[in-house]
Amino acid sequence: MKAAIVVFPGSNRERDAVAALEAVSGTKPHLVWHRDTELPKVDLIVVPGGFSYGDYLRSGAMAAHSPIMREVKARADQGVRVLGICNGFQIITEAGLLPGALMRNGGLKFICRVQHLRVENTDSPFTAKYAKGQVVRYPIAHGDGNYWTDAETVKRLDGEGQVAFRYLADETRADPRGNPNGSITDIAGIFNAKRTVLGLMPHPEDAVEALHGNTDGKPMFEGLVEALS
Amino acid sequence: MSAEATKAQERPVTVELAKEFGLSAEEYRNALDILGRTPTFTELGIISVMWSEHCSYKSSKVWLKTLPTTGPQVICGPGENAGVVDIGDGDAVIFKMESHNHPSYIEPFQGAATGVGGILRDVFTMGARPIANMNALRFGSPDHSKTRHLVSGVVAGIAHYGNCVGVPTVGGETNFHPAFNGNILVNAMTVGVAKTDKIFYSAAAGIGNPVVYVGSKTGRDGIHGATMASAEFTEDSEEKRPTVQVGDPFTEKLLIEACLELMETDAIVAIQDMGAAGLTSSSVEMAGKGGLGIELTLDTLPMREEAMTPYEIMLSESQERMLIILKPGREEVAKAIFDKWELDFAVIGHLTDTGNLVIKMYGETWCDMPIAPVSNAAPEYNRPWEPTPKSSDVDDGVLAGYSADLGDTLTKLFGCPDLASKRWIWEQYDSLVGGDTRFMSGQADAAVVRVPGQTKAVAITTDCTPRYCLADPVEGGKQAVAEAWRNLSAVGALPLAITDNMNFGNPEKPRIMGQFVGAVQGIGEACKALDFPVVSGNVSLYNETNGEAILPTPAIGGVGIMPDAMIAVGIAFKNEGDVILAVGETKGHIGQSIFLREILGREEGAPPPVDLAVERRNGDFVRSLIREGLVVSSHDVADGGLIVTIAEMALAGGVGAYLTAFDGASPRVLFGEDQGRYVLAVRPDVAASVQEKAKAAGVPVTVLGETRGTALSGRGGDIVSLKRLRDANENWLPTYMAAEL
Repeated sequence: MKAAIVVFPGSNRERDAVAALEAVSGTKPHLVWHRDTELPKVDLIVVPGGFSYGDYLRSGAMAAHSPIMREVKARADQGVRVLGICNGFQIITEAGLLPGALMRNGGLKFICRVQHLRVENTDSPFTAKYAKGQVVRYPIAHGDGNYWTDAETVKRLDGEGQVAFRYLADETRADPRGNPNGSITDIAGIFNAKRTVLGLMPHPEDAVEALHGNTDGKPMFEGLVEALS
Repeated sequence: MSAEATKAQERPVTVELAKEFGLSAEEYRNALDILGRTPTFTELGIISVMWSEHCSYKSSKVWLKTLPTTGPQVICGPGENAGVVDIGDGDAVIFKMESHNHPSYIEPFQGAATGVGGILRDVFTMGARPIANMNALRFGSPDHSKTRHLVSGVVAGIAHYGNCVGVPTVGGETNFHPAFNGNILVNAMTVGVAKTDKIFYSAAAGIGNPVVYVGSKTGRDGIHGATMASAEFTEDSEEKRPTVQVGDPFTEKLLIEACLELMETDAIVAIQDMGAAGLTSSSVEMAGKGGLGIELTLDTLPMREEAMTPYEIMLSESQERMLIILKPGREEVAKAIFDKWELDFAVIGHLTDTGNLVIKMYGETWCDMPIAPVSNAAPEYNRPWEPTPKSSDVDDGVLAGYSADLGDTLTKLFGCPDLASKRWIWEQYDSLVGGDTRFMSGQADAAVVRVPGQTKAVAITTDCTPRYCLADPVEGGKQAVAEAWRNLSAVGALPLAITDNMNFGNPEKPRIMGQFVGAVQGIGEACKALDFPVVSGNVSLYNETNGEAILPTPAIGGVGIMPDAMIAVGIAFKNEGDVILAVGETKGHIGQSIFLREILGREEGAPPPVDLAVERRNGDFVRSLIREGLVVSSHDVADGGLIVTIAEMALAGGVGAYLTAFDGASPRVLFGEDQGRYVLAVRPDVAASVQEKAKAAGVPVTVLGETRGTALSGRGGDIVSLKRLRDANENWLPTYMAAEL
């Protein structure tokens, strides 16, 4: 599997994504600078976490209009898999690859902790290595993760299997206290209609080795390698 | 703007103006003698910040010189932007802790944010990629009307800056005490790693070499910030808000990447960040260290505001700026990198052989004075000092009235501000970015962060017990160093070196100066005995408001190394049936304990003495056990004593403890804060061999009980459930912060 990671000024988890991808695939991903207008030929594009352009406007809003994002959109239209993590989720949502918007956390504070999630749909290369309904733990670290879209879209996302992950309070409960940011129906991550694009707030790339405390994020990268190699 | 308009803004230089700028009449006369004339307005501004307490260390220097600063592991001690220590394999760790106390009280969000920004720059200036941030915070009484606002602003400011730059904030400590009502302490520490052959220093070299300005534009913020930080507060301290700078972590992130990219080339001769006193201190220090002169022409310097004067430019403390001396002809290479990162880049001058600082703008010269005499003449005072009178431990009469249930006492202690969980704070910090965080502090006695791309890891801690330092500055200073050393040993790291952040009141008062002198003596003694030298530091004096001083707080940031991050041990109990051991002797010293203060309402007696030989013996023993893989959980005994330490381990792991050693134990045994102690949990099959090893090493080890159930219990049944302790522990800070302002 060949992967590219798009780097904006202010990206800060690109190194984490490089480490995770390299550990699982054995191949170093390409780093692509935001001013570049062309992407190498790859099977997966990762838009990493951070504070692109400082996020002084709405999170991801500036990056969504950068030259490289036109190319990312074109590749996504051709079916190249796109993974947007945290700020990357905000950016690809702002760029129109996914519906909805990410607002300030309900508690108005940045929050970093290990979060329980439920895998809602395993019919994608991102989630194929998990069992449906499996509870996993990924770290979260964000201030603007409050996913919102209108009721009709939520219904469609659920109906079409586009909800990828939901927040849980612990191993079993869907409990409002388990939702760290107030997102609608506890959504933590969503697919596009073809399930070739995944955006999520939590960080699977920071849960891939013993040092991280758990390796629940590793199957996501293993699934991608298996599907795209 | 023109030369005429600039002159129209200048005020006549007199002794009165000098006083307004923070110079004494004697210091002003000294300036006249050196120059042989009256300084210009710009020169007076420059001299006044150079000679401020903040920049010149005039009250503290004579004592700081007595600290041990060398050792086989030390590559660079105090005097550069940060300390550099060898960690093997051609790698170095570069670190420093620095205060941003005065600005954080006036404007907590920006004050704390720029504190983080400043310390990050001190570290990456030397060629290191920052891998961890930590902070030590002291606030006033929770009942004080400003405390909530200050906690909220400081924490949000640290989070805002640290999270955006993408350096994990891996912990620290937070205390509350009424002595900090009028002066909070915000001490920020950054740790970075570099290659030993790629370390950058600040001494300028090469006559004619270009002087380059990079980073943010210069504005009118922070003018005389260093002077502000060198005086006491009064009621009108809030009027000083314009002296606080505004931070931009996004620019800092770009500056880190651009500087590290430039450092990959061979273009740099010397580099320094513009911190306190901005362009003045960076240009003067760089040229001064190289024994050269420097000529700056400010017309092309990137400015954020119009019509700035040379005085304003030289004294501005605008953030995210660096000064670089380049090799000749490398301007284009460097400019291309800063263009890529969309940062300002300007050649603003060159090095000269005159030894003078020359400032030109608008076609005129505004400053032309010799650097060495002005730097060397920076005042150095041996201020009068009085030692703090010694006291002894409190006698048993004080404890006679205590008869409360142990479970109730523990619940109360776990919910008191100093021991309550600080989750509300640390969850706002991104502690995981980089993917190298093994432990943040709280999960283990020290944070453990892997060196990127390697297996070895750096352990980091910040420590100080201000109430001990007030009662006995010498023992308190010793204890702060010993506790840092102990916390590093408790995770399995070999302690390497410290940075000291000395926070005290007004040094012109002999009692306060005595606290400083005592603390330095204690620190020095401990550093020597533990081979734990000081490699960087910072002094913050005048932490007083209306004559009320803070508790003396010599905060110690300690750094250690271990060959593999995965050998590190945390505090959490992990299994049922592990044997709980106490390492070190429990004598029952209760003076200045948390128990005495929180349960009996008394802040009295001497602090627990530190026996440095015992400290070293016990720590070496614990570290060797961890390195042999014999330890499941490890925690040093600090605030709250033995029983609180065990309860913290139980809460962290969700596994209780059945205790057999405390039947009928006195509060001295349960809550005494004797030093040099650890609690370990080991698997039952190795307990006997651990005890044998202890005997051989001459280390007292006693069995306290075993891990079991979901409560602390003893032969008399349950003492307290973990749920009750957890509720008390987790609820205090969120409840406090959610209350009406």
